[in-house]
Amino acid sequence: MSGEIVRAQLLSCSYREGRVLEDISFQVERGDYVGIVGPNGSGKSTLVKALLGLVTISKGSAQLFGHSLSSFRDWHKVGYLPQSLHLVNPVFPATVHETVGLGLLSLKRFPKRLNRSDNQKIDLTLDELGVSDLKHKLIGELSGGQLQRVLLARAIVNDPELLVLDEPTAALDPETRGRFYAMIADINRSRGVTVLLVTHDSGAIGEHASKMLYLDKKILFYGSFDEFCHSPEMSSLFGEHSQHLMCHRH
Amino acid sequence: MNLLEILSYGFIQRALLAGTLIALLCSVLGVFLVLRRLSLIGDGLAHVTFGSTAIALALKLYSAMSLLVSAPIVMLASLGILKLTEKGRLSGDAAIGLVSALGISVGIILASVGGGYNVDLLSYLFGNILSIRSEEVVIAALLCFGVMLLLTLYYHELFAISFSDELAKVSGIRTSYINAILVLLTALSVVLAMKLVGIMLISSMLIVPAASALQLARGFKVCIVLAALQGCSSVIIGIIISIMSNLPASASIVMVNLLFFAVACVVRRIIYPKNSN
Repeated sequence: MSGEIVRAQLLSCSYREGRVLEDISFQVERGDYVGIVGPNGSGKSTLVKALLGLVTISKGSAQLFGHSLSSFRDWHKVGYLPQSLHLVNPVFPATVHETVGLGLLSLKRFPKRLNRSDNQKIDLTLDELGVSDLKHKLIGELSGGQLQRVLLARAIVNDPELLVLDEPTAALDPETRGRFYAMIADINRSRGVTVLLVTHDSGAIGEHASKMLYLDKKILFYGSFDEFCHSPEMSSLFGEHSQHLMCHRH
Repeated sequence: MNLLEILSYGFIQRALLAGTLIALLCSVLGVFLVLRRLSLIGDGLAHVTFGSTAIALALKLYSAMSLLVSAPIVMLASLGILKLTEKGRLSGDAAIGLVSALGISVGIILASVGGGYNVDLLSYLFGNILSIRSEEVVIAALLCFGVMLLLTLYYHELFAISFSDELAKVSGIRTSYINAILVLLTALSVVLAMKLVGIMLISSMLIVPAASALQLARGFKVCIVLAALQGCSSVIIGIIISIMSNLPASASIVMVNLLFFAVACVVRRIIYPKNSN
């Protein structure tokens, strides 16, 4: 099944300190796994937040599944995993099961209620990500790696068609990070879920992503990973040695 | 005076009934407010209630009738706090402080113009649950039913925005609408609670049961149930203590609540020693 999932057209965003994104235009097709990379402060997180309607777009437009953000209602098609360190209040009293259940709310009409089959769905997702033993734990009791898996379970429990991840591995050690990327790649391949993943880890993401978007307030590169590896612009940006290190695993 | 004798008095029965209902509302709402870092909204809205009560008294409207003036003013103020936070580049505590200052200033000016602080206004400062009238009990029961119904209907949305505004938005939840419901329900509860513990101590009715429940709860629903249990039992025990010991009911209720909090902290240290620091 093909189709356009995300489209940004001359999108710009500004904060008080100035413009963060400038004239961003790109589109993501169904089944793509797009790695969004760039230096600190390049606007990576702002870009995905703008695409999800979480920050105001000062100029241009964004579309999800062919709809402008103001008319988009099919939020059950979207799964989102933000930077968890900023997200979770360590004293929040929710269990892992309750937290993952929040991901199903986008499928529900008012008054939103979870039923037995929803509970089974939550259990299945926890099982799939290998965290079913944490079901009754409070989220404040989890390690960084466990928390990431639980929040990923929350993001995919509603079977989204688009999964947006914002620096999901920032708090993880390299080994856990590798396993996490592999898990996302598996979700992309086995479920056909389109993935937009923000990271500063260009090398690791290159192993799995089908497309790379290099951002520094503007798009400096957007194309397949092969094109990324052979791009003279990227060679001059990273240096040939670094570019080789990023690309040799692919 | 023994317990059965105490419970046979109509004014005590009314106080226990109304107090329990109001405590139920405050403690359940308190869980959402504390987790959304809006704990002090109760304090701010209580100050607005002071101002609105002064307006009601200036209009010669007393007890249940004063609620008709206070409730809409305090509800408007709660939306004002929300708008200042969302659009006014102000943090929640600054917005609460601003609206709170406005409420208390209006109250002081009106009290002064009306011939100084009168007894009625002072009774609102410290509460007087034992003087609650039958019609106020009926209003409390009706409002309690309405607020609890809305809380039940919007439970998952409130849970979601308490967990994360950002994630709730991406789940298609209209967060500003749910936030408005939360602060409006809080405003109604604060107006009701004014008679119970007074303006000075209202925030403790919202914060303390939630704070205690957070020490022990293993689950969001459990947290709400624990907070409600503490809120209601504090009112019952506090009123009984106040009558048996001839102490003010409002302060007794708050002291019992604080005692529960201390016990919860100790129990947490015993049950979950690893997570106590």
